[in-house]
Amino acid sequence: MSIKQLSIFLENKTGRINEVTKILGKNGINMHAFSMAETTDFGILRLIVTEVEKAVEVLRNANFAVMLTDVVCISCPNVAGSLSEILERLAENDIFIEYMYAFAEGDNANVVIRPNNIQKCLEILGSCNCSIKID
Amino acid sequence: MIWNPNKECMSRDEMHSLQSKRLNKLVTYVYHNVPFYRNKMQEMDITPEDIQSIDDIVKLPFTTKQDLRDNYPYGLQAAPPSEIVRVHASSGTTGNPTIVGYTRKDLAVWSEVMARALTAYGITRDDTFSVSYGYGLFTGGLGAHYGVENLGATVIPTSTGNTEKHIRLIRDLKITGIACTPSYALYLAETLEKMGLSKNDISLKVGAFGAEPWTESMRKEIEDRLGLKGFNLYGLSEIMGPGVSYECSEQNGSHICEDHFYPEIINPETLEQLPVGEHGELVFTTLTKEGMPLLRYRTKDLCSLIPGTCACGRTAIRMGRIVGRSDDMLIIRGINVFPSQVESVILEMPEFEPQYMLIVDRINNLDTLQVQVEVRKDFFSDDIGRMLALKKRLSDKLKSVLSISAEVKLMEPNSIERSQGKSKHVIDKRIL
Repeated sequence: MSIKQLSIFLENKTGRINEVTKILGKNGINMHAFSMAETTDFGILRLIVTEVEKAVEVLRNANFAVMLTDVVCISCPNVAGSLSEILERLAENDIFIEYMYAFAEGDNANVVIRPNNIQKCLEILGSCNCSIKID
Repeated sequence: MIWNPNKECMSRDEMHSLQSKRLNKLVTYVYHNVPFYRNKMQEMDITPEDIQSIDDIVKLPFTTKQDLRDNYPYGLQAAPPSEIVRVHASSGTTGNPTIVGYTRKDLAVWSEVMARALTAYGITRDDTFSVSYGYGLFTGGLGAHYGVENLGATVIPTSTGNTEKHIRLIRDLKITGIACTPSYALYLAETLEKMGLSKNDISLKVGAFGAEPWTESMRKEIEDRLGLKGFNLYGLSEIMGPGVSYECSEQNGSHICEDHFYPEIINPETLEQLPVGEHGELVFTTLTKEGMPLLRYRTKDLCSLIPGTCACGRTAIRMGRIVGRSDDMLIIRGINVFPSQVESVILEMPEFEPQYMLIVDRINNLDTLQVQVEVRKDFFSDDIGRMLALKKRLSDKLKSVLSISAEVKLMEPNSIERSQGKSKHVIDKRIL
């Protein structure tokens, strides 16, 4: 199952990311994962949070351009070669990855993937050595 | 209907020869009667004999608003005081007011050109017409008034103020035409609705709107709410007043009464005359004026001229919508850039909010232009590639319109300051 990621448009301006985290913090919304994609003048902040709908509402009220994007979140063993194995399977099956971000912690590594074809990606991951996170 | 087909539909050759004859006469007249022009021409080493054709107009000096102020009150008047029968004055909010004296013949020309305008709008002697421009020193009220009388329609000199009484008259007298500012027309619509009435209770069919800038969306709103057809009426007191140009039923530019007011478009920086069709500053020469004739008066209004016979049958050249004031013009890397050009590109792209800001700077001796635009919330994409493509699409369009490249900066919604009234769209950081 895919999960909803928040995508937020940000100008490259000092303190702008903090504005987002402050609003989420104030509203008791916790962040699981966080990634920033940047160009010369703007960036897209991508977040996995606890209460997606509420996060969208509070950020829109603060005039942020926010949208929801379907992504796949998996957990795989934190050992050499495990991600490579998964990515290999995806590539074999023509799944193109638009972007991804990951972080490792103890025995596991969490990976957020934005594939071009969510359903097919999920099917393939189902037969891989990883668990698919649902919220 | 055409009021004066002889002039309004004259062949281009005949018009050229009429304008040439009138320009030669005008130059001789001002040379002998206005020291300001005689001195200027002597400085430029030209005499009236050098002006044989209308094409020689480029040899003549320009006149600016500042020249009128410097020669306050009667310095540019050519006719003797005994010949002046009326004086109008522009507001003097930024210096001396501008004083314009009219001879009896000037007033006749004025009511002639106003009658041309009203006829183009479809007004006939069977109409009842309300003039709701201010009567007084401002040229709008009396200028339109005598045009309506000259045409033979019934004029109701309502002037401004007491809008409820005005609406009562519009109903009871079955007024069919109105001349006023577009903003007053909207106020009239509001008052009408407040009184519990609608366009179905009145019989207005024509609105002659001018004296302030207005847009197509205002036109549509006024037409919807008052149930009339709105026409542009252009004029300026220095040249005459309302009636210098007017829209016809085609509404593709305003026909200039060019047998009386010769138009040119110039580059406001180099002052060179530009070919017909190009955008630049509109300049008028009053070919037949006696009281205060002006050579090449710079209006500061930016527009282009539209040549060719109009579908309405008139051959008189048209002026396009005024896109800005030459005061707003920026020169970037030697190219003239108007904020309105940028605006038109942005308005065409639904992905952006209509707000924008131009940041002009000079970095390493090279002028830079940054265009800041807000991405609309519903067009924001999580895909950086798509966002960059959107940015490139705007910068490509800007480049083709402006002829210089601009750096586009995508901004968050609501991050560009909204100002009341005249929005400020330019920050020029260059120290020149």
